[in-house]
Formats: sequence, C-alpha cells, structure tokens
Amino acid sequence: MTDLKPLKIAIASGKGGTGKTTLSTNLAAFIAEQHEVVLVDLDVEEPNSGLFFKGELTHEEDIFKMIPQWDASKCTLCGICPKLCSYHAVIQLGPSILVFPELCHSCYACSELCPVDALPMIPKKTGTLRDFRIDKLNFVESRLEIGEEQAVQLISKTKKYVAATYGNVSIAIFDSPPGTSCPVMEATRDADFVILVTEPTPFGLHDLSLAVETMRTLKKPFGVVVNRYGIGNDEVIHYCREENIPLLAKIPNSRKIAELYSSGKLMYQDFPEVRQSLSDILDYCIKAVKGAKV
Amino acid sequence: MKEIVVISGKGGTGKTSITASFAMLGGSDVVVADCDVDAADMHLLMQPDFNFAEDFYSGEVAYVDQSNCISCGKCRDVCRFDGISAKNNRYVVDPISCEGCGYCARVCPTKTIINKKRLAGKWFISKIKTGSIMVHARLGIGADNSGKLVAKVKNEAKEIALEEHKGFILVDGSPGIGCPVVSSLSGANFVVLVTEPSVSGLHDLKRVYELVKKFNIKAGCIINKADVNPAKCAEIVAFLTENDIVHLTDLPYDENFTRAMVLGQTMVEYDHGKLKELLAESWEKVKRLGSGTY
Repeated sequence: MTDLKPLKIAIASGKGGTGKTTLSTNLAAFIAEQHEVVLVDLDVEEPNSGLFFKGELTHEEDIFKMIPQWDASKCTLCGICPKLCSYHAVIQLGPSILVFPELCHSCYACSELCPVDALPMIPKKTGTLRDFRIDKLNFVESRLEIGEEQAVQLISKTKKYVAATYGNVSIAIFDSPPGTSCPVMEATRDADFVILVTEPTPFGLHDLSLAVETMRTLKKPFGVVVNRYGIGNDEVIHYCREENIPLLAKIPNSRKIAELYSSGKLMYQDFPEVRQSLSDILDYCIKAVKGAKV
Repeated sequence: MKEIVVISGKGGTGKTSITASFAMLGGSDVVVADCDVDAADMHLLMQPDFNFAEDFYSGEVAYVDQSNCISCGKCRDVCRFDGISAKNNRYVVDPISCEGCGYCARVCPTKTIINKKRLAGKWFISKIKTGSIMVHARLGIGADNSGKLVAKVKNEAKEIALEEHKGFILVDGSPGIGCPVVSSLSGANFVVLVTEPSVSGLHDLKRVYELVKKFNIKAGCIINKADVNPAKCAEIVAFLTENDIVHLTDLPYDENFTRAMVLGQTMVEYDHGKLKELLAESWEKVKRLGSGTY
C-alpha cells in the first residue's frame, strides 16, 4: 500500500441517517487492523464518529475564523464598509458600525478597503478540533460552536490540520456532512474517491440522485454503498445500473446492526459478510484511484 | 396562525415521515413548508402539482470578462477562497469556490470583473393531497445560500397561511445546527424534535436543543424506534424531563414506515392500528402546545 499514500476517501450521502458514520467507523477500524489510518469527522454540525471510539486525546485546539472588529476611535463613518459586505455582516446604525460574526465569511474586503484601518481582523472561535489515537487508528473531529452558522471554514481548517499532521498515513477517511450544499462540497472536493451511502427507499433514491449530480459537478470518481439492503425496493439498484454507477457493497438490513449502532458499537466483527464488504470497498477504492493516476 | 417546526439534529430519524403524517392529519388547515431544501423529500409523499415554479437567485458569483483583463493578478491576491486561478496568464473564476464576496471586482483596475447573480435553486407552490398547499424547493447543486432559500420557503408559506386564514404552518426542517436550521427555527411557535434511542440520536438531540434554547421556543420530542434500545431511550426521557421538553410519544421500530414510503403514502394512510393512533394523539398535543393552550 506504500505507493498509494495518501489515499483520501470521502464518505457522503444526500439523505441523512443512511449509514455514513456506520460505514466510516467500521471501515476505519477494519483498515486499522493492519495499517495506519486516519478517520476525520467533517460533519462538524453533528459529529458522531467519536461516539464509537474510546481513544487517548493527543491534541486539542480551538479553531478560529477571522472577523472584523470595529475601532470607533479611528472610524470616520464614511459608510463604505456596509456597502462592501455582501453578507450583511457589517451594518451602520447611527454613529456605530455593527459586526455580525455568524454572517461573516472572512473575505477581508471591509477590513482591507477601509480607508482608515478601522476594521482590523481579529480571530473568533468557530469550533474545537480534537485528535485521538487508538493503536493504528487516528481519529480527528471538529465540532462547530452552537449558534455559529458557517461550517465551511471549520471543515477547510480541519482538512489542513489533517494534511499537515498525517501526510505520511496511507489512508485517510473523511466522514462528510449530509446534503448537497456548500459544507458537502468542501468536505469532498479534494477526496480521491467518494463513497455515497444510501438506503433502498424512495427518499434514499431521490437524495442519492442529488448527491450523484453533486459528485458529477465536482468531477469526482464515486461509487455507491446500499445500506439496510432488503428493506424498501430495488429502485436504487436499478438506478445505479442505468446510470453506470459502481455498486460497491450491500449491507443487509438488520435489527441487530441497528442495536449495535445505537449502543455506539462497531459491528463488522460480528458480521463476516460486512467484513467482506469492507474489504471489497477498500480494494475498489484503491484500484479506482490507481487506475485514475496511471 | 401558528408555526410548528419539526427538526431532528441527526438525519434518518423519521422526521419527514412524521411531518407528512401530521400534514395529512391536519388536512386543509395546515400549510406545509418543506424547509429541508438540501434533501427535500416531502413531495414524494404529498403528490404536489408543482402549480407554480420560480427560479431562486441568491448571492453572486464573480466573472472575469477576458477582453479587458490586463492579467495584473490583483483579483487572485485578494481572494480568500482560492476562487481565482491563472492559466497561461488568463485569470478565471472557479464558481464552486467563489463565495460571491465581490472583493475581486472592487480591486480590479480595469473593472473587468462583474458579479453575476447566482441561481441558487427553484421554489414551488403546490396543491397537495391533504387538500391544502405546500411550499417547497430544490436547492441547486453546491449552492451556498440554503439558509436564504429556507427563509424564502417559510415566508411564502406564512403569507399563504395568513391570506387563506389557515390555522397552522407545518415546517419540515433540515438536519444539523447550521444556517438552514437557524432559518427554519426563527419565528416558530413550537418545535417538535424527532430523535432515536442511539448514541448519535441523543448526542445530536442535545446539540440541536442548545440551539432551540437560544431561540426560547417551547419544544416537544418524539422518540422514534424507541424499542431498539430501551436503555438509551430511558436516557433520552431523563434528558427531556431535565430540560422541561414535552415527551410527546414513543414510536416503535416498524418497517411499515418504509412500506408506506414505497407506496408514496404517509404512515396515517398506510397504518390503521397503533401507529396511526399514536401519531394522531401526538398531532393533537402538538396543535394544543403550538397554540399555547396545553
């Protein structure tokens, strides 16, 4: 596996609750039986992967975003800054400039174009990053501060931390947020391969088709894992066939799996067919990326 | 007119299935707003007629008009989002990275960068099978402003509800705690939290409730798939008591949820037994709590 490093696999889905975290945690633990791996929870609004591992905390840091801070002593109330801000994060109210940090995208326009430097940029905490170690498994998660609305910067900074810290680890797995909007794009955009997890139901199919569109827009190689296979209908399988989308694995619908998940337990050790699926998924990702590089 | 918002923190807990059942029970007195614009699924159960459709523009995206570009590179230097790159001395915008802050256009010496309006999605007003109206939307792939589209859907639903003297707006919210959820919550009279008895379900419930508290909105909770993990369920009930959240009902793990979905039906159309009864009782409670007459 040495020639592959670092292989970046993102695990995503249109619909929430289809089994992203189940797949991410089990796949990471499976790989860690033999190889060094890093699992990164980029679902920063609701990070859950950490609930499945008890490891040693090796690093913790606050993550900041930069926001402007009004300096009343320098400000001439020229009125430029509110016009510059595309996000209505800076407004003028009588003789004051108000900054709304949760709306700010940190573009720096107001700060750098202020003629009298009255809006210097200062750091504001947007989340906390934690790094754990469990034998060969490294686990990194970031959690967004409650009330903070912009997840994208925290996701991007978490990826930078992982790149700087785990450049030598052969495989990195990124548990992504659900949906198709900006946080998902940020979480998956520099992955080598994306696994879309779905369930064989009308909601699962509909949201999968949106996720497929997103991955095609990003020009990412991707494949599908069907979770809870056996429930619902076969439409998802037909869809993948018609669209020529590789079907990497089917994980059976099982109350026992749901129960293990509900208690925060990994399940692949108890299900030989799931262990086989994980092995197939990993092989496929490695081949797909190798093939793309040659 | 009262506004009831259903959210879940974690995806896949049954939020949309439960909301759809409430819509059916509420009938013509309830205007439905599907604010889960990232992965909107409500329409799959409501038979909407897409009677009115309109493009939704929000935010901007930069565009370099090559004819006047002098390749000075100022635009790339000020962009904090790696949205502008140079290929053979031609500066081009990557629309996926561009956050539409407009800084590049401000500093371009030849004014050759323009900000174009960004198509963020489409929104619809439909007649639905409940005998009422639903406002819903489809977010464009990777669009940035899902919070604004949520606000649009909600405000349109509100106007319709007021004009037509409806008793309730029923909002299907999005997962997570970020901007779309914040937009879903603002202005609500009552919040229904849908959760499941798993480590993730409880974890996400606690986080999303922190957000609900900031809005000072009264909340109730439905524990779905309650029998999958009775111990976790008891933990959730303790959390609800501690925080003065109304425990609306427990629903059993039931694959009829999926069977109904496959037929495009709500639970209350498909099931005529215990589940329907529990949902009907809950809806009555929600109506009273939403009207402040409990």
